[in-house]
Amino acid sequence: MLAKILTVFRKDLLIELRTKDSLNMMLFFGIVVLVIFNFALEPIRDSIRSAVPGVLWVAFVFSGTLGLNRMFAAEKENSCLQGLLMVPVDRGIIYLGKMLAATVFMLIAEFVIFVFSLIFFNLSVWAEVPYMILVSLIGTLGFTAVGVLLSAISINTRMREVFLPLILFPVVLPIIINAVEATSVILNTVDYRLLNMPLTIMSVFTIVFTVLAYLLFDYVLED
Amino acid sequence: MNQNGRDRVDAILLALLVTGMILALYMAFLQTPREKTMGDLQRIFYFHVPAGITGLTAFIVNFVCCVMYVIRRNRWWDNLALSSVEVGVMFMTMVMITGPLWAKPAWLVWWAWTPRLTSSLILWLLYVAYLLVRNYVPDPDRRALMSAVFGIVAFVDVPIVWFSIRWWRDIHPSPMLETGGLSTSMRPGLWICWAVFQVLFIYLLRRRFFLESTREEVEWLVRRAETAH
Repeated sequence: MLAKILTVFRKDLLIELRTKDSLNMMLFFGIVVLVIFNFALEPIRDSIRSAVPGVLWVAFVFSGTLGLNRMFAAEKENSCLQGLLMVPVDRGIIYLGKMLAATVFMLIAEFVIFVFSLIFFNLSVWAEVPYMILVSLIGTLGFTAVGVLLSAISINTRMREVFLPLILFPVVLPIIINAVEATSVILNTVDYRLLNMPLTIMSVFTIVFTVLAYLLFDYVLED
Repeated sequence: MNQNGRDRVDAILLALLVTGMILALYMAFLQTPREKTMGDLQRIFYFHVPAGITGLTAFIVNFVCCVMYVIRRNRWWDNLALSSVEVGVMFMTMVMITGPLWAKPAWLVWWAWTPRLTSSLILWLLYVAYLLVRNYVPDPDRRALMSAVFGIVAFVDVPIVWFSIRWWRDIHPSPMLETGGLSTSMRPGLWICWAVFQVLFIYLLRRRFFLESTREEVEWLVRRAETAH
């Protein structure tokens, strides 16, 4: 099963490495969002560190949505989706492979956006980095778990790509809220025990969404 | 059930509603005592709480319909799913309007970002998104399946709204029936308002469901007439 998931993952990775379609777009957009926030937050320049968690996650989520959009929109071109559906594996495997690919792309984008935010907002965070990695890993998994499923739904709509954020953001809001909260604990407090609650909620949502999406993915790709 | 039978049930429900609503207004405004600290302001409670419970009931009905549609693929379930969300969103909108109306004098702010309020707002957004999914998928069978899948995912938030005032500390009042915080003299009023809201829910759900079934039938007849030409 793992080998099959990795095959789907490798296919998406290979396409991305050759075209660099999504990743370029995601990185560029994420950085533009940071620049805009930099000017929006000018009045609170002195306490900007307290606003960084929210800014980071907005940038992560916006750039991630662009990446998720390409996930199935690209498959629609040249009827690649039909080819993918003819592969004799369980549809859940395709879902998990796609989710893995989306997570890896997002984590790469998040890393670059994070580095840029350190420069733009003059932050020093060495000690906090391991915790940041943990929070972004769980948050990103939760986001892509439901994002890949809804991305497959949105290609069925008349609006295609434009539609995804409309249905995705309300669903992932609980994860985003807790991710911002956890990031805020890491960057702005000393008591890391406060991390327990947001991390637990994020993990529960991630697991529930992954199981649901794994079971339901079969139906959204039906012809 | 035939047309006549349906109409008769609806007529009985309507008569029940009219008398029930008059009784509920009497209970909420005249029969129940004035609250000690909040005064008459507290009376919005008799509309806010039943509307909230009814909204959540509607989303539970929708969840059951979504699961049944995925299993059975019968449009009957899809029509019921759509009807329950439309009615549920209406009740949740009532909750979101009566809440701030009460909060402004009681808390001095219209809105606070506490777990209960935030999760209720997310719930409202989720089911508006559900209606959006329905609007933007052109093919009826695809639409039914896509919205059923979305409905199942959206339902994850419903238990969170229910438990939010039980799990986390919140300035939103705690569940008073369970904690015994509600005076016994106020209970009959609340129960009657709740019952009337449930009847209203069933009535609206039935009307919306029959409308949707009729629309589907017309669609089918038009398609058949077109192929016959």
